[in-house]
Amino acid sequence: MTSSILLSATTWVYGLSAFLYLAAWVFHRPGLEALASWAAAVGLAANTAAFFLRWAESYWLGMGHAPLSNLYESLVFFAGMIVLVHLVVERRTGNRVIGAFSAPLAFLALAYASLSPNISDKIQPLIPALKSNWLIAHVVTCFIGYAAFAVAFGVSLMYLLRTRAAAPGRLAGRLPEPELLEEWTHRLVVFGFLFLTAGIITGAVWANTAWGRYWGWDPKETWSLITWFVYATLLHARLVSGWRGRRIAVLSLVGFGAVLFTYFGVNLLPGLHSYQTTG
Amino acid sequence: MTASRSSVGAALREGFASIRLTIVLLLLLAGTSILGTLIPQNEAPATYRALFGDTGYRFFRALDLFDLYHSWWFQLLALLLAVNLVVCSAERVSRQWALLTGKTPVPDPRRFEGAEARAAFEDPREPAALLAAVEPLFRRRFRRVAVRETQTGGRFLFGESGRGSRWGVYAVHASVLLLLVGGLIGSRFGFDGFVNIPEGETVQTIQLRNTGERLRLPFAIRCESFSVRFYETGAPSEFRSRLVLLEEGREVLRRDILVNDPLEYRGITIYQSSYGTLPGREVQLSFTSRETGMVYTRGMKPGDEFEIPEGLGTFVLLDLRPNASFRGSPVGDAFVGRLIPREGEAVEVLLPVRFPTFDRMRRGEVVIAVEEVKQRHYTGLQVNRDPGVPVVYAGFVLMLVGCYVTFFRAHRQAGLRLEPHGGGSRVVLAMTANKNRAALPSAVERLARELRRR
Repeated sequence: MTSSILLSATTWVYGLSAFLYLAAWVFHRPGLEALASWAAAVGLAANTAAFFLRWAESYWLGMGHAPLSNLYESLVFFAGMIVLVHLVVERRTGNRVIGAFSAPLAFLALAYASLSPNISDKIQPLIPALKSNWLIAHVVTCFIGYAAFAVAFGVSLMYLLRTRAAAPGRLAGRLPEPELLEEWTHRLVVFGFLFLTAGIITGAVWANTAWGRYWGWDPKETWSLITWFVYATLLHARLVSGWRGRRIAVLSLVGFGAVLFTYFGVNLLPGLHSYQTTG
Repeated sequence: MTASRSSVGAALREGFASIRLTIVLLLLLAGTSILGTLIPQNEAPATYRALFGDTGYRFFRALDLFDLYHSWWFQLLALLLAVNLVVCSAERVSRQWALLTGKTPVPDPRRFEGAEARAAFEDPREPAALLAAVEPLFRRRFRRVAVRETQTGGRFLFGESGRGSRWGVYAVHASVLLLLVGGLIGSRFGFDGFVNIPEGETVQTIQLRNTGERLRLPFAIRCESFSVRFYETGAPSEFRSRLVLLEEGREVLRRDILVNDPLEYRGITIYQSSYGTLPGREVQLSFTSRETGMVYTRGMKPGDEFEIPEGLGTFVLLDLRPNASFRGSPVGDAFVGRLIPREGEAVEVLLPVRFPTFDRMRRGEVVIAVEEVKQRHYTGLQVNRDPGVPVVYAGFVLMLVGCYVTFFRAHRQAGLRLEPHGGGSRVVLAMTANKNRAALPSAVERLARELRRR
């Protein structure tokens, strides 16, 4: 399938972008940053094109469903959303060091999708449980949320490095100002929280039409709720208790750990979302 | 006595109003939920004994860890969170009441002096004339507008918008309560059951999942047919049950259901959940005469009679008995018939589908065997009633709207001073907001640009 080839190429474009961002930061070559941004934008364009091509291909194969139905397809969408969120943050902040921590995440997501022997890139027909209009709403909202949390993870990590010592080293010193990182951790978490909430809700409504229950303590559901609890804790700690800085950054890392477990780890546990593993 | 009681009450209220309690409860709920995904839930005791040993099993069972999400202590945590949320919200609402309802007085111009987001410019018109020009714009941009004359003969315009956004967080908290109440209504007044219906058959009772009790529905369900379609790859593509609902034998509804496309009638929803195969009611039987060795075959269904040649008697096929047993041993699905010989007593003949030569044991004049049974499907239906769903869905909507308003709408206040300045005016615009202050400078700049055009 052409879309898979295009996505393999996208993986390397994201890899190049991540490499350029990291090189610009580590070797202090700000000239490379613009190049890195361009690579990210080109990668996103290819990622988007491949997404819609794959959608069309599924029609040509007589199935006709959005490419959001298995692990491979969700990783492709996830990678694209990470880059999109990252580029928006980059534009809004005017700071291009952030890419050194978010572009690698997009690269890893797509590389995992393309290279892992356990993940098939074949377009498969939808099993009856997935034949629903809620599929698109549920997956899209969840992964926009996850992508915001992924970029928030990168920003929080930068914050922790930047504020590790009273006088940051040369490498950490080139990271953005702590105030900017702290502010954007919050913004991204808020944005991700809204979409995670929407993702859980669309999932619940869907579960109610498919299985006759909106909540069943299936491990994936439970882990999405755990993730929600962690980020709700972060928001309450910051907005009501006035937590700032490192504690918030640590909670953001914990939250992203919960996201990753919801996404990958749950497949090790039994449950109704298990079709994800056969992707 | 009253004093101490009220102090206990005050201490309780204070404890429940603490945000630290919220954080502890949220993290406890998260942590115990993790436990519930690591320990398999609602398995048979034997599974747990194999996993944890007998002591471990009894210890974990005492802690309700095998049905954790329905345990008293997990529900207590949820209840505590609900109380915490109500007390916290009530405290804050009563503290902010004037602010929330718009009963705050128009603030003093000096309040805006320290505002970071500000813009200043000069205008040739006098304050009074300028006011007339800019006030309509201000009224369009802000919900509540007040005008004052200042001591220096200038004018002060106050505007505010987005006050309602302060309610957002309480909408989210209320939505959590709606979810809990909806869940409670569902578990109190709803039911959750299932039933398997072979094609062509009608049932009126279902089995409840939690208790295993049987429940009689106010209508009967007939499954006319069940079909499953496959893709070329062999993966299933569609499960379809053709259902008919009957009230007192009268057909009231006829519809196909699919996964993701359930049927609702009188508040009860029927979902396509599973399927399986059963022996059909039509069977090909063979009759072997012991004397001549001749084999006669005949297709029959319950109620049919067959006059066996050679005067071996009459065979009546009575029924298909699911999960039959013979002298106490289970033999699976079996047909039951009655053989009436020309002379002598009629005998009951059991013909297990799985053991075609079973009838040889009877040592009769004729051996009857099951040659072929047409398979038929049964459909597995999930049958629910959950009157809490509308409440839960209302909670969902309220939560989404509340989250959006809480995080992306701000309560903004603007102060515009028009001071006399050499025949014209000096204009200072300043804005404050309760959140997203980073966006304020550009908002001030935009408004200032519009004001200058007036």
